[in-house]
Amino acid sequence: MCLAVPARLIEVDAQLQGFVDAHSNKLPVNCVMVPDAVPGDWLLIHAGFAIHRLSEQAVRKTWDLLEDLERRVEEDSHAIG
Amino acid sequence: MKTLAHAALALPTHISLAHGGGGQLTDDLIRDTILPRIGNDTLNELMDSAILDVPAGHRIAFSVDGYVVHPTCFPGGDVGRLAICGTVNDLAVVGGRPAGIALGVIAEEGCRRDLLERVLDSAGEAAREAGVFVVTGDTKVVGRGAGDGIYLTSAGVGFVPHGRNLRAARVQPGDAILINGPIADHGLSVMLAREMPELESAIESDAAPLNHLIEDLLSELRDDVVFLRDPTRSGLAGVGADLAVACGHRVVFEEERIPVRPSTRHAANLLGLDPLEVANEGKVVAVVRATASDHALAVWREHPRGREACLIGHVESVPAQMPPRCELFTRIGGRRLLAKPYGEQLPRIC
Amino acid sequence: MRLAEKIPLWLDLIAAVAERRDDTVRLMEVCGTHTMSIFRSGIPSLLPDNLKLLSGPGCPVCVTSQGDIDRILAVAQLPVVTCSYGDMLRVPGQDGSLESARAKGSDVCVVYSALDSVRMAQAQPTREFVFAAVGFETTAPATAAAVLEARRLKLRNWSVMCSHKRVVPALHALFAADTTRIDGILLPGHVSVILGSNVYRALPSLYDFPMVIAGFEDWQIVEAVARLMELAAGRQMVLENMYPEVVTPEGSIHAQQLLRVVFQLGDAEWRGLGNIPDSGLILAPAFDDFDAGRRYGVRPIEGREHPACRCGEIITGLVQPSDCKLFGTACTPVHPLGPCMVSSEGTCQAWFKYHRHEVAKREAAKL
Repeated sequence: MCLAVPARLIEVDAQLQGFVDAHSNKLPVNCVMVPDAVPGDWLLIHAGFAIHRLSEQAVRKTWDLLEDLERRVEEDSHAIG
Repeated sequence: MKTLAHAALALPTHISLAHGGGGQLTDDLIRDTILPRIGNDTLNELMDSAILDVPAGHRIAFSVDGYVVHPTCFPGGDVGRLAICGTVNDLAVVGGRPAGIALGVIAEEGCRRDLLERVLDSAGEAAREAGVFVVTGDTKVVGRGAGDGIYLTSAGVGFVPHGRNLRAARVQPGDAILINGPIADHGLSVMLAREMPELESAIESDAAPLNHLIEDLLSELRDDVVFLRDPTRSGLAGVGADLAVACGHRVVFEEERIPVRPSTRHAANLLGLDPLEVANEGKVVAVVRATASDHALAVWREHPRGREACLIGHVESVPAQMPPRCELFTRIGGRRLLAKPYGEQLPRIC
Repeated sequence: MRLAEKIPLWLDLIAAVAERRDDTVRLMEVCGTHTMSIFRSGIPSLLPDNLKLLSGPGCPVCVTSQGDIDRILAVAQLPVVTCSYGDMLRVPGQDGSLESARAKGSDVCVVYSALDSVRMAQAQPTREFVFAAVGFETTAPATAAAVLEARRLKLRNWSVMCSHKRVVPALHALFAADTTRIDGILLPGHVSVILGSNVYRALPSLYDFPMVIAGFEDWQIVEAVARLMELAAGRQMVLENMYPEVVTPEGSIHAQQLLRVVFQLGDAEWRGLGNIPDSGLILAPAFDDFDAGRRYGVRPIEGREHPACRCGEIITGLVQPSDCKLFGTACTPVHPLGPCMVSSEGTCQAWFKYHRHEVAKREAAKL
C-alpha cells in the first residue's frame, strides 16, 4: 500500500508547512515528520505529508536507473540537476 | 442604437432568472454578451433554425454532447473551449467536415457575467481555430443551486465526402496505431483543479479542435486511414478496449512509445492514476495501414497539433480460443490486459 | 551495466531457480502498491508457470472489516461531512457505499490529505466533519498530525473514525497460522520508511523464509523477486533491504513519535485474519473528544460478509481470485461484492483488470 512520490522542497515555514516541486507540480506539504528538511532537499511525499528525507545520492541513483528505461527523460534531467 | 454608456449601465454583473425568460433581458444578453463573441452572419439573423447548404455527394454527420465540467475554468481551457472542440472532434473522427454548431447555454442564476463572457470568448476562439461557425443557439437560466455556473450543450453537423469510410470493421491485423501527441493532460489538469486547488501545476488541458489535422491526414492518405477515435473520457485504454471488441482483433499498445509528459506522469503518480485511463480533449488515435504509417506521421508532424505524433501500437490477430482484447506491452517486456476504466477516476492514497 | 540489460538477467535467474523446483514457488507481497505495480507492469506474464505471486493483507481497504466499513457508512447517514480518501469511496457495506450514500444525499468529500479535512472544519465552523481514517503506519502518522492540529485549533466540529492498522502483528498472525506455505516475502517499501527495517528482523528465522524490502518500480520488484528466489534456493532465511535509499534500520523517529502520542494499541478486526491483538491503532484517551464513534454514539457493528465471498482467503494467500465462484461473474469491478474487487489495488480487481485473459488461457490449457 501507500503511494509516495519524491519531490523537492522549495520552502518551509516555522510551522513546518512547506511547498514541494514534483516535476513542475507545486504542492503544499506538511514537514512535521522531517523537521530538519531545508529547501533543496528531496522528500518522499505521502498524502500531503513528507515522510522521509532522501539523500541527493539516492535520488540520483533512482533517476539514473530510470533514465535507462525511459526514453523521454530530457525534461526530467534538468529538473533534477 | 444605444450609447456605450447606456449599454454599460444595462449590463448587470450577475445573471438572473429573467435573462432566461425569453423577454427583453434575454434579448439584451444575446445582443450584448453572446453575439459579439460567437456571432456571424447566420447566427446574427437569430432564426429559430439555421439552414445549411449540403454540398453534392456528401453525407451528413450529426453529433451532440453535454458539457458539465467542474470547475468551469481550468488550466488550458474552460467549458466553452471544450464544447466547441468536443463536438468538432466528434464530427471529424467520422470523416465529417464541421459545417455548423448549435450551442445551448444553461447558466445558473447568480453566475457572474464575466464568467459567461470568458466562456463565450473561448468558444468563439475555438470555433475560429476550427473554422466553423456557431449557427444557432439557445439560452436558459436555472435557479440558484440547480446548476453549476455554466453548462453547455453543443450539437454539430458535418459533411462527409463520398467514399470516406472510417469504421472499426475495416481494421485488420498488421495495421498501425498512431496518436498525435502526449496523453492525459486534459483529465489531469481538470482533476488537479477540482481535487487539489492548492496545487500549482504546469499541466494544461490539451483541448483543441482537430478537424484540420484529421482532414490533412484523410486527404493525404485516403483509404489507408481506416479508423479514428478521440480518446476522451475513458482515455487511451477505453479506445483500445472498445476498438478490440469492435474490430474483433487484438489491439496492442507499446508502453514505451506512448508519449506522456514528465509533469503529467508525476501528477498521475501523485494521485494514483494511470495516464492511459485519463481523458484527452485534443488527441486522436488513428488506425492506418502499416505501409502508410510513416507517411501519416510525416503529415501529422507538419501540423501544430501533431508535432509530437508517434506510432504507439499495432493490430494483431487473436490467437485461437481467445476473445478480442487490448493489451499493453510494458517497458520491461511484460504484457497485460488494458481494460476500459469503470467510471469516475478517484484519487488514491493508500 | 544498464538497467535495461539487467532486467532480462534477473528474469533468467528467476526462471533458472524455478526450473530446479518440481513444485510451485509461492512468494507473497503484502502491499497494495506492490500488487498494482506487479499487474500494471505485466510482471506475471514474465514469470515461469510454477512461480506464484500471492497478494497478502497489504491493501488497507481490503483488510478493513465489514463492521468497520458499516460504522463509517453509519456516520455518513448523520448530518456531517464525511471526509475520506478516494480509495474508500466505493467499498460496499451491508447497505451501499460512501458513493451511493452521497448519491442519496449524504455529504461525502474525497480528500487527499487528512489535514484537508481539518482545514475544511476550521473554515466552516457550523458544520461537523468526520475523517474516515484507514491505512497502515504510512498513513496513520498523517492522521495523528491532523488530530494534533485539530487540538491546537481547538476544533469542536472535527473528529475521526479510526480504523488504522499495524502491519507487523498481521504478518505474525498470517505466518503463525501456518495454513499457507510461503517461500518468501516481499516487504512493503513505504510502510518500512516509517517503521524501519529492524521491525522485521526476527521474522525470517522465526517463520523459515527469506524476506526482502523492495521499492515500487517495476524493475525494483523484478530485482527483489530474483533475490528472493536466490535466497530461497540457498535456504538463506534472512532479511534484506533492497530499498536502502529510503528505508533505514530505525525508520522515521518523528513519525513513530506522532503515532505514540496520539494512538494506543488495541485489538483490531481484519478481514480474513479475524481479531488480532494489538494490531490496531486507536485514539489515546487524551483525544477522546476527537473520536467520532464516541461523539456520535456509533457502536461497533458486527460485520456480515457475503457468504460466498472469499476475499478473506485470498488476502491470506489460501486461494486465488479464480478459485472464487463470484469472481468475474457476480463480482466485478462495476458490481463488487467484496473489498478485493473494489479497491484498485485489491487482488481481485487487479486480476480482473490486467490478468483476466491470462487466467482464461491457463484454464483453457488445462482442459
